[in-house]
Formats: sequence, structure tokens, C-alpha cells
Amino acid sequence: MHTHRRYSFKNQHFAGQEGRLIPLLQQAQTEDGYLRRERLEEIHELSGIPLAHIYGVATFYAQFRLKPVGKFLLRVCHGTACHVSGAVELSQAVEKHLGVPNGETTADRMFSIETVSCLGCCSLAPAMMINGATFGNLSPSAAVKVVKKYQKGERS
Amino acid sequence: MTRVTVGLSTCGIAAGAEDTFTALETKLAGLPDAPDLQRTGCVGMCYQEPLVEIRNGDGVRYLYGRISPDKVGRLIDEHLGQGAPITDWLVWTSGGKGSDHAYLSRQHRIVLRNCGNIDPESIDEYIRTGGYLALQKVIEAKDPDGLVNVMIESGLRGRGGAGFLTGMKWRFTRMAPGTEKFIICNADEGDPGAFMDRSVLESDPHSVVEGMIIAGYAIGADHGYIYVRAEYPKAIERLTIAIAQAQERGFLGDGILGSTHSFHVKLKEGAGAFVCGEETALIMSIEGKRGMPRVRPPFPATRGLWEKPTSINNVETFANVPWIVINGAKAFNSLGTANSKGTKVFAMAGKIRHGGLVEVPMGISIREIVFDICGGIRDDRKFKAVQMGGPSGGCIPAELQDTVIDYESINKTGAIMGSGGLVVMDETTCMVDIARFFLEFTQRESCGKCTFCRIGTKRMLEVLTRITEGDGRDGDIELLEDLAPRVKNSSLCGLGQTAPNPVLTTLKYFRSEYEAHLTNKKCPAHHCQKLLTYTITDDCSGCMLCLKACAVGAITGERKKVHVIDQAKCTVCGECYKVCNLGAIAKD
Repeated sequence: MHTHRRYSFKNQHFAGQEGRLIPLLQQAQTEDGYLRRERLEEIHELSGIPLAHIYGVATFYAQFRLKPVGKFLLRVCHGTACHVSGAVELSQAVEKHLGVPNGETTADRMFSIETVSCLGCCSLAPAMMINGATFGNLSPSAAVKVVKKYQKGERS
Repeated sequence: MTRVTVGLSTCGIAAGAEDTFTALETKLAGLPDAPDLQRTGCVGMCYQEPLVEIRNGDGVRYLYGRISPDKVGRLIDEHLGQGAPITDWLVWTSGGKGSDHAYLSRQHRIVLRNCGNIDPESIDEYIRTGGYLALQKVIEAKDPDGLVNVMIESGLRGRGGAGFLTGMKWRFTRMAPGTEKFIICNADEGDPGAFMDRSVLESDPHSVVEGMIIAGYAIGADHGYIYVRAEYPKAIERLTIAIAQAQERGFLGDGILGSTHSFHVKLKEGAGAFVCGEETALIMSIEGKRGMPRVRPPFPATRGLWEKPTSINNVETFANVPWIVINGAKAFNSLGTANSKGTKVFAMAGKIRHGGLVEVPMGISIREIVFDICGGIRDDRKFKAVQMGGPSGGCIPAELQDTVIDYESINKTGAIMGSGGLVVMDETTCMVDIARFFLEFTQRESCGKCTFCRIGTKRMLEVLTRITEGDGRDGDIELLEDLAPRVKNSSLCGLGQTAPNPVLTTLKYFRSEYEAHLTNKKCPAHHCQKLLTYTITDDCSGCMLCLKACAVGAITGERKKVHVIDQAKCTVCGECYKVCNLGAIAKD
């Protein structure tokens, strides 16, 4: 049983402030790693925004997740420059190495893999990001090497 | 005083610049008259990161490329210790030397004027290079109408893609009735292949903030929003610092520089939706809704954020503003072509030798950028095409490389200027696959409001996918040509209206590639995996590596004898091709 954490923005009033919805969802996701139903309900209670509307917004934007992710979120860039420089092969290599397809999390909850539209590091293509760190000019095997460093605990 | 700087933007950091900085810090700490060590943003030579610049006491600048931490010791000993610059590592000097001198010296930097030269986290450095002087000039002149006229006269057009005259947008917003108005900075740089906005925000955030305050003064807005992609954490970090510093110095807030004008800026993090680059969708997103575009008119200039008059401009557009205010409309409109004034920043990526940011006057040709400035195609391959304008743009073939870059000339090719992403392609790039790649993108990013955008792009993607997988049918090209104008004409916003462009331009210039996929079931670029056939040549030494790598047991052969691939069993996964050290596996 998990303890139900309340928001740091508890007791604030958001009625009529629909513009706060996306920042609130972002904050909830930062705190929990994903959007838990309880917290969506809490935002609904605090703001009066219908739950269906909140769910609609949460599922519209690529940033929001309704499922938990692993400790390390591995984002493989599939922008144009990365695509022409072998991003597909790079994805295949890390997926094969970790044994999970794109969009899934490893059984030990350590790694989640996702593809992203563009990291804006086009001159370093192909690139990938693990949590906050960006890695560029990767070959499939170099990408696997980076993942191995995280697996061995050499990077965190 | 000698100064050592390290470029610490996302691209530099990804290349290891933080380790270089730490190494320099440690080594320099031990020296008697240690020079200043500073962080800067991105000078735009992304292919040479990590970059270290040494500015000698006499002002001569030396830019060193690919300085990994292990090179730091020698750099300090020879350049700083003995006063002998290391020629082999030099990429550029202010004295006209360095291996890649042309890359920077051929540029004309207005937007990127401070990028890589100043510490982006220091407002003092920005002020020292003339920062906030433009704001002062504007406030002292007390003539917002005159300011709008200067912007119109300068000919500056929106750098986000559509290319609407910035001054006109300001005028409409200024004239719109209402006392509460807004400025929005569109920093939701979503075009894959474009990264100039990220770089400007990371390297010179104050220029954008100053541009916004000036815009606020021009139209009579007290509040501004910067809508920035959540994927750009470094840009968000530096913008947050810049806004706080500007507030502290009285450039932002109530009663700016002793005037009666107030301006407040809020940062809004985007949540990952390409369509939010469209202005009405972006407004929806700031209002906390799904980012779905609405019908225009009314344009945001009359009814925008919270139904109030709003001017939405792009990052690069704002960065131009202080420069135009200081140097005048003439200085700006003397650069460029008849209808496209000033400079444009291009993000060079793909199969180019020198990838990074290039700012050049409008009117330069594609050839000059690709070959004269960026060193041509990587690995001496053949130049095939450039993709301009991202998912809304198109592929311009090598035959048209003398096309000059301005809004109208690029439109004529079927591509668009867009935000200035230029992805270069060589003969190994399959143009059908590129069209499929972009349709996959637009199909995913369509907000779903308009039927033809939602379903039309999906159908186009299905057709393109089956062509690249060898399952194309007779009439598929015609089907694409039939669907494309319908998607264009039946969509509300730019996303749908331009989504077919990548297909139309590749069909226009590379139709034979489509036909090869359809009739011969072959990919001329040897890219589409399912259309390949792998065979083993006589160069095979019988090392058995490929045999072991083959997951389906399609390869047979004895040690030291030429192996054979059983085509009936082969799943064309390409593993044998990757493991062969002798290049003895041919693909066709």
C-alpha cells in the first residue's frame, strides 16, 4: 500500500484558472514519474475542471504518461537527421540488448525505451538521451555500450 | 587578460564539453597567473565540439576543435605556457587561420551575434556587448508607432515558417481594440532537423527577452509568455536565469527603466505536441486545453490568448529585433533579396561534413551553403538532395542546388523555408523512405480535428509503407497524387495543409525511385530492408562470423571456404552484412 502524498500546491485555489492545468500535470508527473489516477482526481477536486477534460489533455500531449517508467528513460531520437544517419538500427540494437520493444519497460523496472521526434541535437545524429544526459554520434554498438555503463552502475 | 572559454550548450555537453571544462579548471588552478575560465553557449560549429576558445591579451582569438580532456594538458602547456598556438587543432582564428575558417568567416551574424562569445548566464556580459541598449533607445524615443514602422521597413519576416511580416503583425495587434494584450514567443521548435532556436535560447537568452520587451512596448502589451519545448531543459534553465536577472535590473517588471511601461514574462513548458507550433493551437495549450487549432480569422492579432489581441513571434524573429532597433531598418533590409530581407539561420544536419548552425544573408544559393561553407558531403559521397522545411517542406534535388534561398524561390521548388532546418541527403538515402518518414510523423502528430488530415495522412502512410516494403500495388502513385491535394485543401491548419509536401516533392523529383520500388521491387538507394538481397562474394575467407550471426540458419559453409546464403530462408535482417569484416557480403 502506498501512502497517498498530497500535492505541494494543496489548498490553493485554481477555480477559473484552467491555464494551470498543464503545469499541474507536469508537476504531478515530475513527482511520481507518471500520472496516477488519484492525482488526476485530486486536480479535478482542486480546480473543478472535469476529469474527462483532464484525461483528454493528459492523453493529447506526448510528454504525459499514464504508466510508470523505469529508473532510466532511454529516448532514442528519430528526427530527420537521426533517421538518415541510422536511428532505426540504433533503436533495434538497444531494444534487442534490453529485450523489450519500444514503449515498454524492462522487467526489473530499470529501463524504459521510447522514440522521440527530435532532441534538437541534429548535428550529433544519431543521438539518444538517458534521463537528462544526451549522447551523440552513436553507432548501434556504441549505444549499447552506453546502456551497459548504466547497467553496471558506472553511470547514474 | 587572457580568457579561456568552453562552449557548453546541449551539443557541446553531449560531446563531453563538461569534462573538458572540469579538466581545464583543475589544470588552470595550478598556474600562477591563471587566465579567466568561462562558459559560453554554442558558436554553431557543432561538428567540432567540444570547442575551446583562447582569447589572448591582445584580443586575438583562437578556436580549438574536438578538445577532449586528454588534450587539455598540451593545450595549456603550449598555447598558454609557451605562447605557441597548436596549429593542428585550430579550426578558426580571428587572424584568418584555422582548418575550417570558411565556416565562420562566410557567415553574417545578426541573430547569432553573441552565441559562443558571451556567458549566457551573465547579464553583465550581455550588457557589455550592447545588450538592452535597444530597449533603452525605444523607451527614450517614446514612439511605439515609429518603432512598428521601423520593423515594417526592415522587411523582417517571421522566422518560424510562414514568413509573415513581423512589423505588420505588430501593427495589427497594436491597432486591435482592447487594453489587455499579449506577446507570445513561440519556442516550441518542433520541426525535426531544426535546432537554431534551442541554440539561441541556450547561448543568448537575453536577446530574445529583450526582443519580447520591445515588442510589448510596440503593441502595448504588459504580459508575455515564452512557450518552450520541455525537451529543451538547458534552454529552460538559462531562460529562467535570464528572466530573473532582467527583473532584478529593472528591464522587466513594473515601470521599466523609469517609464510607465510594464512588462512581465512567464515561461510555459510545452508538453510535446508538434501541432502546438501552430499559433492557435499554441494558444489553446497555454490556456490548458488540448492543442487543437481553430479557424482563422479571427487572427490572434485581434483575438488570441484569453480572447485578447496577441502577437506570436518566433525565437529567431525576436533575436533580430534589438539589432534592428540599434542598427536601423536600412542596415537590415540592405541584406537579402527583393522580398526576403536580412539573414537566416540554417541548421545543417544529415550527410553534411560540417554540421551546425550557419547564419547567412538571404539570397545565398544552396550550393554555397552545402559546399563552400559546410564542406560538402560526408565520406565523399554524392549529393542527392536537401530537405527543407521539415514535415511541411520538401526535398530539393541536387540539380536545383543553384536555387537561391529566399521565401519565394524555395516555395517554387515545392519545399518551404520553414524554420530553416536543412537536412542533407546522399545516394544512400531512399527518397520514398523519407516521404514515409515524414508522413509517419505528421500522421502521429495530427491533432485529429480535420478528417482529411487525420485519416488522409494515415492512408498515405499506409501506401508509402507498403511501397517501401515491396508490397506496392499498381495505381499507388496515382492514389497518393489523388489524396495529396484533398488533404491540403481540407485541413484547417498548416500541419495538414503542408503534410503532403514531402510526398509531392519526392514524386516530382524522384519518381523513378517510386517506380523502382513498385515495378522492380528494388530500392535504388539500398536502404529499404525488405527489398534487399544479400549474397556472399568470392572475397569470403570462410571465417564463419556471418554463419554464427545468422539467426535463421540461412548461411552454410565450411571454415576457410566461401559461404552461401539460402535465399529461401534469409529474412534479410542484415546481421551478416554488419558482422562481415571483409566486405564480402553484397546487398542489392
